[in-house]
Amino acid sequence: MTDKYSRLSVHRRAVLAGAAYLIFRGSRANATTILDHLPWTPNAGNPPDPVTLGPWVYFTPDEGRTVEALADQIIPPDRETPGGKDAGSAVYIDRQLAGPYGRQEGLYIRPPFMKGMKNQGHQSEKGPAQEYREFLAAFDKASKSRFGGKPFFELLTEDQHRFLKDIEAEKVKLDDVDGKAFFAQVVKDVQMGFFADPLYGGNRDMVAWKMIGFPGARYNYLDWVGRHNEKFPLPPVGLTGRAEWNTRAQR
Amino acid sequence: MAKRLPKKDVVIIGLGWTGSIMANELTDEGLEVMAIERGPWRDSPTDFPPTYMQDELRYRIRHELFARPEQMTFTFRNKMDQTALPIRSWGAFMPPNGVGGGGVHWNGEMWRFLPSDFVLKTHLTQRYGASFLPEDMTIQDWGVTYDELEPFYDRFEYTCGTSGTAGNLRGQIMEGGNPFEGPRGRPYPTLAQPQPFSHTLFAKAARELGYKPFPQPSGNLSTAYTNPLGMKMGPCTYCGFCEWFGCANYSKASPQTTILPHLIRKDNFSARANSEVLRIEVDRTGKRATGVVFVDASGEEWEQPADLVILSAFSIFNVQLLLHSKIGKPYDPVANVGTVGRNYSHQTISSVNGFFDPKKYNFNPFIGSGSIGMCVDEFNGDNFDHGPHGFVGGGYIGQVQTGARPIESTLVPPGTPSWGAEWKQTVKHYYLSTVKPGTGVHGGFYSYRDIYLDLDPTYKDRFGRPLMRITMDLKPNEVKQNKFLTDKFAEIIKAMGAEKVAPTYRTAPYDMTTYQTTHINGGAVMGTDPNTSVVNRYLQSWDVSNLFVLGASAFPQNPGYNPTLTVGALAYWAADAIRTKYLQSPGRLIDG
Repeated sequence: MTDKYSRLSVHRRAVLAGAAYLIFRGSRANATTILDHLPWTPNAGNPPDPVTLGPWVYFTPDEGRTVEALADQIIPPDRETPGGKDAGSAVYIDRQLAGPYGRQEGLYIRPPFMKGMKNQGHQSEKGPAQEYREFLAAFDKASKSRFGGKPFFELLTEDQHRFLKDIEAEKVKLDDVDGKAFFAQVVKDVQMGFFADPLYGGNRDMVAWKMIGFPGARYNYLDWVGRHNEKFPLPPVGLTGRAEWNTRAQR
Repeated sequence: MAKRLPKKDVVIIGLGWTGSIMANELTDEGLEVMAIERGPWRDSPTDFPPTYMQDELRYRIRHELFARPEQMTFTFRNKMDQTALPIRSWGAFMPPNGVGGGGVHWNGEMWRFLPSDFVLKTHLTQRYGASFLPEDMTIQDWGVTYDELEPFYDRFEYTCGTSGTAGNLRGQIMEGGNPFEGPRGRPYPTLAQPQPFSHTLFAKAARELGYKPFPQPSGNLSTAYTNPLGMKMGPCTYCGFCEWFGCANYSKASPQTTILPHLIRKDNFSARANSEVLRIEVDRTGKRATGVVFVDASGEEWEQPADLVILSAFSIFNVQLLLHSKIGKPYDPVANVGTVGRNYSHQTISSVNGFFDPKKYNFNPFIGSGSIGMCVDEFNGDNFDHGPHGFVGGGYIGQVQTGARPIESTLVPPGTPSWGAEWKQTVKHYYLSTVKPGTGVHGGFYSYRDIYLDLDPTYKDRFGRPLMRITMDLKPNEVKQNKFLTDKFAEIIKAMGAEKVAPTYRTAPYDMTTYQTTHINGGAVMGTDPNTSVVNRYLQSWDVSNLFVLGASAFPQNPGYNPTLTVGALAYWAADAIRTKYLQSPGRLIDG
């Protein structure tokens, strides 16, 4: 011990090396001191949990059909690539709304809630799940009133397209919902599900990645940094592998 | 009533870059150091494994590694006469959480500031006259010079293994580097990273336009490296999942890869994770800190007494903790008195996307690293004559694209529908042939009298403490700067051969919902005058001499570079002052 310690009036204590020591009786892990070694154990981790296919988790059957029809308008099928519906974008949205995202988990949701400027961000006690429900109800009502009682998912695809264009142009107004703004959110969500890893329910069989040429969750392009203007030859791979590797990705 | 823990020599608040640096330096001095970290312990093999880290939705879109707004957020308004509302979900910046802090999920850009940046007020006043500066601009000199900081820049670069090409070696301008940088004592520890196609194409176009492009200095390493602490790093594999993500490959400089495994083995260091410091305690004189009070994950309160307190949380959290601890005089912009919360700043970011003919250009844009890029620095700081332009400040511009993660990188040229068959075909057409630089125009943000931090009158955090309120807008000086830089950048993108060029400018009002960078600075600024700074040139609190406040909260204004290298260099500089000056004679290092 040198002089500078005594000038700092230090009370030095022996340290129990090699183990975390508990200071108070009944202390739990959160009162534990990290000491001597990195506090991780082999093979620990928090891997993602792939969604399982099956019935809607959040949507009602009619809501589900509506969102599937919306998904096919936003990403129409073509000869090479499936549309939003078959790619699973509606399943993606359903599972997202049923999970932490739908409930605004982790966000600041303390009152008061005041209407702010757009650049102050979302200010509502309602999370995305509730907002989707309200939008879909108002959207269904508007469709039925314009098309003789028909819900959106029963319309001809040309009528669906024109109806969405009118919502975008604010020629069709929805009850108590900003139809234009919410449709923009639906566009974002459908496209997000299309491009996210297939484990979230969309981008089924990596159709979106195949369409654009994204090779997926790879980890090493070291040999390719210097190969300029050459087509990368490998097909995409997801976090749960590829269909031909395992059965999980096929589900 | 908080339970009292055994006293330590030093308590460190926040175990990110600056906390790790300081802990390592002070344990080398033989001091007993305890670090208290709000978030969880994080490590490469468990938290960022290559089997699932490449998940754009989880880490980028849903912000997995960041602080949760329910834990801690801020309120925001543009102007003093408006009502600030809470930031309920992150937008313009992403505050970190957990061991490693922002060092976990940053890109790794490792820029030195210009020598003139540190004496900004003096320099601009001498060159252009005081009347050239906007009246409400409150820029000031830092109190430390580039030459004083150079050895500490060097320390941090060698801790991280930084890959780059020197532009100014001891005063000699070097071909291929940044000719505008201040003189450096030795070359970068590792060679610059090799560049993907679009980055080299940018450099070629820039060179043909008369600029001097150079590789961005990078904390993603070009080669294997062992740092002075014996920590080993591997070469970057260009996976394209860097910013927002942790590196599973030990290739990105972070506290986890460069300091912590060494630090944790020292028997005079210990840490607590999932423990949030509520306040710094001071004695009855108000001039001496006695320790900190923190709450653990079970809600239990503890007091950790210490002789020396290091406040090394993320910049804006430092300011908040000072206000909650009632240390220093809160800034009042009306009376123009007080210092805590004064001179808050951000960056002024914009970009230009380029759409190229897919028959001629396949960029494989998904190949990238966090700090890959070719840049030009002709328009940064005061590297050019601002006289004819009517603004001050600048930034670097460059093709710094970090990858092409598909949710955010499936772009279409302006005028294309945002959904439907045409959108789908256009996305498919352009994905491999789009240049999307991201933060391609990286401009500075100078400080102003009415851009500041204080406590919100309405909204509270989960402990019932007032949230901090951000009053922030974009001023004409920065809008003009951005227009100028973005236009220069667009010329180069066009010269690369783009068939469509899509610039977006940064305009007022400041928008809290769109991401710029997490470079938020100031609020506890360093300086030579206690009336206009919170800490002295050694980052020591003017008010409480056994408290040092590290991090970008010390920046009096923000230059046109990424902040981390300077943040780290300042931590080494402050640690050196503690080791060589303070410990010999604890007390004020400078009379104020």
